Amino acid sequence: MYSKTRLAKWYMQFDDDEKQKLIEEVHAVVTVRDAKHTNFVEFRNFKIIYRRYAGLYFCICVDVTDNNLAYLEGIHNFVEVLNEYFHNVCELDLVFNFYKVYTVVDEMFLAGEIRETSQTKVLKQLLMLQSLE
Amino acid sequence: MPAVSKGDGMRGLAVFISDIRNCKSKEAEIKRINKELANIRSKFKGDKALDGYSKKKYVCKLLFIFLLGHDIDFGHMEAVNLLSSNKYTEKQIGYLFISVLVNSNSDLIRLINNAIKNDLSSRNPTFMNLALHCIANVGSREMAEAFAADIPRILVAGDTMDSVKQSAALCLLRLNRTSPDLVPMGEWTSRVVHLLNDQHLGVVTAATSLITTLAQKNPEEFKTSVSLAVARLSRIVTSASTDLQDYTYYFVPAPWLSVKLLRLLQCYPPPEDAAIRGRLSECLETILNKAQEPPKSKKVQHSNAKNAVLFEAISLIIHHDSEPTLLVRACNQLGQFLQHRETNLRYLALESMCTLASSEFSHEAVKTHIETVINALKTERDVSVRQRAVDLLYAMCDRSNVQQIVAEMLNYLETADYSIREEIVLKVAILAEKYAVDYTWYVDTILNLIRIAGDYVSEEVWYRVIQIVINRDDVQGYAAKTVFEALQAPACHENLVKVGGYILGEFGNLIAGDPRSSPLVQFNLLHSKFHLCSVPSRALLLSTYIKFINLFPEVKGTIQEVLRSDSQLRNADVELQQRAVEYLRLSCIASTDILATVLEEMPPFPERESSILAKLKRKKGPGMVPDIEEGRKDKNVNGGMEPISTNATTKSTPSPSTDLLSLGSSPALSSAPPSSSAGGLLVDVFTENHAPAAPGVPMGPVADDNFSRFVCKNNGVLFENQLVQIGLKSEFRQNLGRMYIFFGNKTSTQFLNFSSSVICQDSLKTQLSIHIKPADPTVDGGAQLQQILNIECVSDFVEAPVLSIQFRYGGTLQNIAVKLPITLNKFFQPTEMTSQDFFQRWKQLSSPQQEVQKIFKAKHSMDTEVTKAKIIGFGVALLDRVDPNPSNFVGAGVIHTKTTQVGCLLRLEPNTQAQMYRLTLRTSRDTVSQRLCELLSDQF
Repeated sequence: MYSKTRLAKWYMQFDDDEKQKLIEEVHAVVTVRDAKHTNFVEFRNFKIIYRRYAGLYFCICVDVTDNNLAYLEGIHNFVEVLNEYFHNVCELDLVFNFYKVYTVVDEMFLAGEIRETSQTKVLKQLLMLQSLE
Repeated sequence: MPAVSKGDGMRGLAVFISDIRNCKSKEAEIKRINKELANIRSKFKGDKALDGYSKKKYVCKLLFIFLLGHDIDFGHMEAVNLLSSNKYTEKQIGYLFISVLVNSNSDLIRLINNAIKNDLSSRNPTFMNLALHCIANVGSREMAEAFAADIPRILVAGDTMDSVKQSAALCLLRLNRTSPDLVPMGEWTSRVVHLLNDQHLGVVTAATSLITTLAQKNPEEFKTSVSLAVARLSRIVTSASTDLQDYTYYFVPAPWLSVKLLRLLQCYPPPEDAAIRGRLSECLETILNKAQEPPKSKKVQHSNAKNAVLFEAISLIIHHDSEPTLLVRACNQLGQFLQHRETNLRYLALESMCTLASSEFSHEAVKTHIETVINALKTERDVSVRQRAVDLLYAMCDRSNVQQIVAEMLNYLETADYSIREEIVLKVAILAEKYAVDYTWYVDTILNLIRIAGDYVSEEVWYRVIQIVINRDDVQGYAAKTVFEALQAPACHENLVKVGGYILGEFGNLIAGDPRSSPLVQFNLLHSKFHLCSVPSRALLLSTYIKFINLFPEVKGTIQEVLRSDSQLRNADVELQQRAVEYLRLSCIASTDILATVLEEMPPFPERESSILAKLKRKKGPGMVPDIEEGRKDKNVNGGMEPISTNATTKSTPSPSTDLLSLGSSPALSSAPPSSSAGGLLVDVFTENHAPAAPGVPMGPVADDNFSRFVCKNNGVLFENQLVQIGLKSEFRQNLGRMYIFFGNKTSTQFLNFSSSVICQDSLKTQLSIHIKPADPTVDGGAQLQQILNIECVSDFVEAPVLSIQFRYGGTLQNIAVKLPITLNKFFQPTEMTSQDFFQRWKQLSSPQQEVQKIFKAKHSMDTEVTKAKIIGFGVALLDRVDPNPSNFVGAGVIHTKTTQVGCLLRLEPNTQAQMYRLTLRTSRDTVSQRLCELLSDQF
């Protein structure tokens, strides 16, 4: 299966080769799973929480003791913000506006932790930034 | 083109991205990229100064090219220039480029620190956030050095905007993770904790993560967060779903914040204050109640958010492990989830139940779900769910259900995924051994394991079955008969040949009376497998043959003939050839008596930790294997770190003699505060006159107030005065240990010329070998310095090493010497044994030097659970139902030193009426018995 990474964000130090390897491994473990499977998969000494939207997978790698469902809904909350911000988001929006998606990520997740969960607050902030030169 | 990029986007960038997407081949893409790189390079090098917009556009294109996987070796300066732009969009691209590329070029960091500094002090919240996000994303040491001091100030300043506070909190969290030594907390602590009270739930959300991370490292300092977190949580869970507006997610009030607060509370034991404790229990009950209410929405988002909170609440209940009703309710709730139609919930319920199984309050409740779990093993489609089911069966196993569980696991093994077979084999082997009621059943189980999954049966497993058969004479005949029968199969696994060869070589005589398994039949059966086996197995079989010559003189001729054949005597393999030659020779020249002595039955193996359990722990990583029995008994195993210093008295009243012990015992000084004000001059004068201690010799008194508190535990505060706190965390394995010493500077002033050493005096030098890694010579105010000791126990010892530290605080030289709690019992490995074994050994160790007994008055209340925890903490296995008198405690373990191992049995007999104990220790070495008795008798 042909798969591309649209955006990756790192909260630990890795060199570029290691990042590439991790990305490939994540693709390999996540894309073989079917809809009847859980949204969680063990990965090295961590676990990946993921959710699929059409052909797009959103994955978060967290500590094994972290709360699975909280991160699973964290993904959905993020996707709803993207959807609102890009008015019915599609994959192409993320490609052409990759530099804005980074901003959305930083508003909602920082240092690998959940920073802001209110969609209203995030969108208000994003629109404010959008209005700046 | 997508909606947002119209108008405000960079057209050139969009065109470029389209071009790349339209490239039909990799070559075309590379060509297009090279063209673009050439273009950008010429623009950057050109004479015309570029305007901000163009710079931003080109930098953004470079970033895009980098993200496609191409190297970028220019453009960094232009990106740095963008940082000083006063336009948000330009600054943002500059920061983004740097955050993404910084790995590949760390020189960049130095260049941008100035720009970050300007943005941090700009008072423009948007710019401050860009700078904070950049620091949080990069998180390098250089950045920590430059900004760690500024960020706490921004975080707690009254006029900082909420969104900046959120970023500052998480920025600080990142720096604390990457460079904890550079992040000063001390003076900010209480203001940071009070962020839990902030009006803005986003600030609370971010701050809770920060506080949790800090509290994990330093629970004592953040203790006040418990009551605030409980109060906050209570307000959230009791609020109506509309109260929190923006923070209500699919009718669930602030689910993420609730989860974070519940996680913060897992850094601590249950609150001591009854009111807070009650309020927390109410919260947890409310959360459990809500799980039973009909859902407010059919959407999965609603149930996920609600259950995220529920699972975290259950984790907290398990962590506290103190409220039986809550534990049982949690178990029932998870039981419902086991049959839920959502795979995620079934998975999480299995996982969570696994930890519940190790609590003594809920172990029985968990066991009631055994059928459902077995069913999951058979029907779940996702291998990871089946894996959790295996884990749970393992955790809920005990003597009452071991036969059923092992049978089901064996069943499952026949079809199990290859990836988890080895682990299941190990688990079956451990359970079968640990809970065997009947050793014939144990032997059957292991042989079944080999039959079903021989390839996954590691050496540890088949070694173990042999050890057990050799150590238990009641099962030897059965084992011989069973392996003999199993070997009849036309194709049997090589591991079975090994076990069979070994057992028949030792105990074949026990079945030789039956003509169907006469010596010759046994030999022919084994030899028929010989040629199919690998070299190590053949070597083992050759040893069996020589043992047969001893056991059965009637087959001597047949066997000698086999040994004499060319295929043995001239075998190309040296090992086989040598064995054949030597065994043949031995059988020819040795008298029957000599042969019988050489080939005597193997002596029993020393009891030690099951090698299989050790292997499973290695495989899963320490802490991942629920240590079935011990976890259930030891109520201190709450997961997470034990909060440092649970004893308040050492904190609040440091005795003057320990404070200033470095200054000798001058009465004038004992009241002088160790600061440079007031009496500072006097202190200076005195210490300067006081010759500094020669390195390696502790001077003045050696503090040992807390020493005995560490005999049965490994973590906590060893020493504390007004200047410094010394904490310990240590771990021991066999004769090796590692100790982490944390020196906390409690002042706001730097300690200079800091040095520390460990001194072993006299005979201790040869008994303990300790390596210490040198520490930094300075400890900043409020900072903590960590030092690691590697310890090896060479032989048994009595004295304790002394930790000696020196440093200069505000011109005064401070000397502190503390006894390090490295005690002989740290090198214990617990040994489980049956009552019969215990008393047999007890009798063997009956000479007067081997036994030491002490009768003493109880110093603490005689609580059974506490006593048990102490005995386990002492390092021995606490043996249940071994002593005929149930109120006595018995334990067994082996002290590991480099030179020898000393088996040790102990018995503690409480007499509650007289408030007395009698402690008896028996070991094979009198010095060990003596020392262990001294150490342990001091604990009750």
